[in-house]
Amino acid sequence: MASYKPVVVQAVPKLGEKITQDTLYWRGYKTPVQIKEFGAVNKIDFSPIPPYNYAVTASSRIHIYGRYSQEPIKTFSRFKDAAYCATYRDDGKLLVAGSEEGSIRLFDISGRAPLRQFDGHTKAVHVVGFLSDKYRIFSGGDDYSSNVWDIPSATEIVSYSEHTDYVRCGCASKLNGDVFITGSYDHTVKVFDARTKSSVMTIEHGHPVESVLLFPSGGLLVSAGGRYVKVWDVLKGGQLLVSLKNHHKTVTCLCLNSSGQRLLSGSLDRHVKIYSTTSYKVVHSFNYATSILSLALSPEDETIVVGMTNGVLNVKHRKPEESKEKSQKKRQPAYRTYVKGRNYMPKQEDFYVSKPGKCVLRKYDKLLKSFQSSKALDAVLEPHIRLHTPEVTVAVMQELNRRGTLRSALAGRDEKQISLLLTFVTRRVIEPRFTPVLVTVADMITDIYQPVVGQSALVDKQFLRLQEAVGREIDYQEELLEVLGMMDALFATLTKKKATYLEENKSNGLTKTLDQDR
Amino acid sequence: CGGPAARSRLRSPSRYLLCASGDFVKLYSVATEEPVRVLRGHAGLVTGVRLNPRNRLQLYSSSLDGSIKLWDFTDGILIKTFTVGSKLLALYALPSSEDSVFVIIPKSGERDTFQLVSVRLTKTAGQDTEAKELSVILEGVDASPKCTAFGREGEYVASVKGVHLQVYFFKRKQLNRFSVSATNMKGGNNLFSCVACHPKEDCIATGHRDGKIRLWRNFYHNKEYTFSTLHWHHDIVMDLAFSIEGTSLLSGGVESVLVQWHNGSDCKKDFLPRLGSAIEYISISSDGTLYCTSHTDNRITIINSNLRFSKSIQGLIKARDVKTGLVVDPRTKALVLNGEPGHLQFYCLQSDKQLYSLDIVQQEYIHQAGLNQTDLVKVAFSAQGKWLATVEEREEESDLEVHLKLWFFDEETQSFKLNTRISMPHEDHITAMCFRDMDELEDDSLILVTAGRDCLFKVWMILEDTDPEAQQSLSWSCDFVGSYHNYQATNCCFSEDGSLLAVSFEETVTVWDSNTWDLKCTFCHPPGRIRNICFGRLTCSKYLVGATDHGFLCCWNLLSCALEWSAHLNVVVLQPDPLSEHIAAVSWLSKESSLFVFKPNEPRPICIQRNLCKEKIQFAAFVPRDVSETIGSEKYLWLRRSQLYFLTDTQELMTFSTKSPEERLTLSSKQLAVEESLPVTPFSLLLGKHRHQQSQEDVDLGKVVRNHHEQDSPAVKELLHTPAHVLPSASFLCPIFINSLLISKEKKSAEEVADEVEMESEKAEDDSDEEKDVTEMEQEDIKPMELLGEITCKLSKSEEKELRKIRKMDYSWISAF
Repeated sequence: MASYKPVVVQAVPKLGEKITQDTLYWRGYKTPVQIKEFGAVNKIDFSPIPPYNYAVTASSRIHIYGRYSQEPIKTFSRFKDAAYCATYRDDGKLLVAGSEEGSIRLFDISGRAPLRQFDGHTKAVHVVGFLSDKYRIFSGGDDYSSNVWDIPSATEIVSYSEHTDYVRCGCASKLNGDVFITGSYDHTVKVFDARTKSSVMTIEHGHPVESVLLFPSGGLLVSAGGRYVKVWDVLKGGQLLVSLKNHHKTVTCLCLNSSGQRLLSGSLDRHVKIYSTTSYKVVHSFNYATSILSLALSPEDETIVVGMTNGVLNVKHRKPEESKEKSQKKRQPAYRTYVKGRNYMPKQEDFYVSKPGKCVLRKYDKLLKSFQSSKALDAVLEPHIRLHTPEVTVAVMQELNRRGTLRSALAGRDEKQISLLLTFVTRRVIEPRFTPVLVTVADMITDIYQPVVGQSALVDKQFLRLQEAVGREIDYQEELLEVLGMMDALFATLTKKKATYLEENKSNGLTKTLDQDR
Repeated sequence: CGGPAARSRLRSPSRYLLCASGDFVKLYSVATEEPVRVLRGHAGLVTGVRLNPRNRLQLYSSSLDGSIKLWDFTDGILIKTFTVGSKLLALYALPSSEDSVFVIIPKSGERDTFQLVSVRLTKTAGQDTEAKELSVILEGVDASPKCTAFGREGEYVASVKGVHLQVYFFKRKQLNRFSVSATNMKGGNNLFSCVACHPKEDCIATGHRDGKIRLWRNFYHNKEYTFSTLHWHHDIVMDLAFSIEGTSLLSGGVESVLVQWHNGSDCKKDFLPRLGSAIEYISISSDGTLYCTSHTDNRITIINSNLRFSKSIQGLIKARDVKTGLVVDPRTKALVLNGEPGHLQFYCLQSDKQLYSLDIVQQEYIHQAGLNQTDLVKVAFSAQGKWLATVEEREEESDLEVHLKLWFFDEETQSFKLNTRISMPHEDHITAMCFRDMDELEDDSLILVTAGRDCLFKVWMILEDTDPEAQQSLSWSCDFVGSYHNYQATNCCFSEDGSLLAVSFEETVTVWDSNTWDLKCTFCHPPGRIRNICFGRLTCSKYLVGATDHGFLCCWNLLSCALEWSAHLNVVVLQPDPLSEHIAAVSWLSKESSLFVFKPNEPRPICIQRNLCKEKIQFAAFVPRDVSETIGSEKYLWLRRSQLYFLTDTQELMTFSTKSPEERLTLSSKQLAVEESLPVTPFSLLLGKHRHQQSQEDVDLGKVVRNHHEQDSPAVKELLHTPAHVLPSASFLCPIFINSLLISKEKKSAEEVADEVEMESEKAEDDSDEEKDVTEMEQEDIKPMELLGEITCKLSKSEEKELRKIRKMDYSWISAF
């Protein structure tokens, strides 16, 4: 037998940005802290060990910042010209950086002077990093070469000069201590194995490569250059997996979040986009004041640090998690009640009688169930429902109308209640999803309270407001219809032209893509 | 007809439930809700069922055929039949009156006046006895069995009619009459609707039209009687019943709430709400542990005495108005149509049971007169039954609420789950809806088309959300909106391969490419709006068949884009068989429906069944058979793989079958046994062929010559009605036209044949309507057409062959009988 069916509150698809788990997650950051650096911030690198300090390379200095400090806790400033790409080693004890003059310097985190200096590049070194065996570093320079260096002896092990333009980005495999990848302005990404004399794989990106990134598994490679972010399957010999074009200026930096589920890309168009690595769809996006050069996420996504071209460092900290202890404060049932029947083991001959779950009805549903229409309407005119979920109010009004009791529910109200009703109607009647119902409600209110018009200044004012709102809406709709007419005329002419144009250029690939876009 | 019609009086011993259903008395087991026995024997509607007060294993039943029958219901044996003579409208049996029962019969000589009489049932040995010893007890009683009740130990009888309550005391032979004013002060309607008597005390409960229940006491005195009022029902009290001890009173009405009043007080009452539909009868088992209500929608509910819903016996629900038509669920092969308000019922034809009821509207149903309820108007299944689309409408004076809902079949829960809900898919009523039926490509190419009166048709498609983290990955959205010269779209259907969509706009049929949504071509047959369209299937897939409301059935060839043939036939239902190329057309002419089955590639029908029924047929559906049947006759080959079901406007479900009712499993649906059930003799075969031929000719001629006295001849009429661009050249038409003006010789010969048939058919068991048809047909034969000659000649050849075959056949087996 059927039970009471609650009022169906119509869900309307929300236009614009959908609120997903991602939006909620990425919105959970505090307002950013801005730190001014001396020049464009070209690299940010988080220390892999707590307390997760981060090294910021800007101009001729490397600043180390603490997690919440706004002042650098340490500075390396032994560079004559610009420093580049200060990177931590896996254990967070060593830091390596390239420089404009072509030398690579290795620092101890606790010390001040460089431990080693690697000379060999004839031009600026923009990319440098540790191989995962910890004892070697790789580098790439503007002299088109990429080298591998031995740390203990500070000597060059091998030098590759396969790129035909500046080498500007690179990364090392976390799984194999010999493999590293460099990206160059000659539009290629090359995979090197330190044990061989030449590159083992070349991937054609199609644009000057600004950043490369290897997934922790080592199977997927992400390259960024031009407006494109491309994902390659390394294990399949560098097959293109997906090409993302979500920025409208050059993408400058890439970064993975701590779980590896999201890919972040920063661009000169001032946006950071976050992609899901399963669907490669943009799930969220951040907006910044100026063009972004570098980007880093701390472990556990605690902090997002973004460096800009104007030397501003933007630091966002995660809001502390909502404390869950509050809900736990609710008194637990007594032990005896709690345990009662729970430790009973059913025997074979027992019949199991399932207890139907109790259906909790909302207040208005309870009232509607007992046919108290006026009270049900009162219940949905409570401020928290009326203001936050107007669709519930409207759904109940519609239900009352369906039951034929809306008129009696609206009747017999005092000045304050009428004014409240009218305020609600005036405000919501212009929303398309509520219009059909609220027009009926407005009609009924005017019908019912026609005789008392003029007795209360408050109500009269509300009536005038309603009239004004409806009048405005009508004007607006008329305007829209005019626009629609104009657009129809435009489209009518457009389709004709397109037809002829297409026939002429059947072989033209451009029109085909245009067609698909449409 | 159609399910266990619960127009019944229920008497339940606690193990069995007795129910009068049509001409039968049905016996249900209370424990399993299965029908145990059906007592057949009455020739008219059974009006009353009572247990024999002296033998609990016997029951009396009364019927409109004027007989009272005594049955042993456990064994299903008819013990005795008492013939009373006049219509019996209600039956009462009392333990106190030894060998007589009470019946309500119409008073002889007066219309609409009924009397309560007692009938003496003599104990004679024979099975059939005349029971003529009638003694009138009360005059002017109401015909309804609910309006008369017998009091404590049969001391008095109370009967209500209009505003009067009569109480007759048997011992004192005294009649007391009480009246209430017709309307009370608030304008309520005070008319009595039902009566019940307390089993232990002197108390009468009466129900009124305004929902009040009055408890009358002290009615021995004409003046000093008292009554108290119980009021909860807002509308008419349909039935009242006292519990066995009389401590509580049950009442029910259109609210579909069973109310239990304790000790006759207004304040103590219990409710059992939401019983589905209005309560018609309430009955209590003899041990008082079970209550039983019967409802207007053909259902019996069994309720425990503590007002807990226990079981329900449910046949085909009689909906207020079937708007969805007959749809077959591809998954269960069940018939799907409107059920309870806002529900869709899945009715299993094999077992005459409701499989389940799907709540579509999902709103609380308010049982109140004058409310505009939400109606379910359209239903469509995708080819595999994976998707279900429903349209519901609710119309207020000015505004219309339309919802299109798409349901997905959930394999886990084995039921349909709401996937997408679209409000106002069209600005006006939706007139038609169909899925693109593509068996193998389901899902990625699934398309739904809706046609609306707002001059648009819309194409809906599945939108797949590729994000794996999204809650619901599939949803529907509008893909294309089409229109044609601002005409209202009335019908839509897809071709078998799904490549073409036909949408009819008033007088025009438009054909669209379903990939690009380009308009390919248009067909029309003016004057006359398109009523139905459908594509041919299998070998006939190049044809499009349409019926206009000007009485034309047209078949267009899609390859040549020209009219292939047309016939004059007022088609109301056009139903293609999904498993073969046959199309069934039901026509409606002069108050009778006829069935024509044809293939689109030839204008000659395969099968004609005239005078299918007197009611107008609203919907038809082909239900695929589980096992294809072996059918001997060529005429009924089209019934091999699927069976045709009809729904008339009086909501009777009928089927078309070649077998006699006894052979069939379904007992509930009315069978139309056609000639096949007759014994096959050479004579009947010959006769059948004659008829066959006659009726076929009749349709080829297109039934044009209905009114023969009118001036215009059929050929001329056809000339005028056929659009100029589909007519053949004038030189071709000329001889036909001239021929039509001549009196042909054929007429005589046809008449002779008809006379023969007439003579012969007298012996046939088939009804005389057939004859009428034949005489009618004979006049229509004169319409000259090329086709006619061809067919008659062809048929006569086949007939000859048939005859020869018959002659060869061995009929020695006949002598065995």
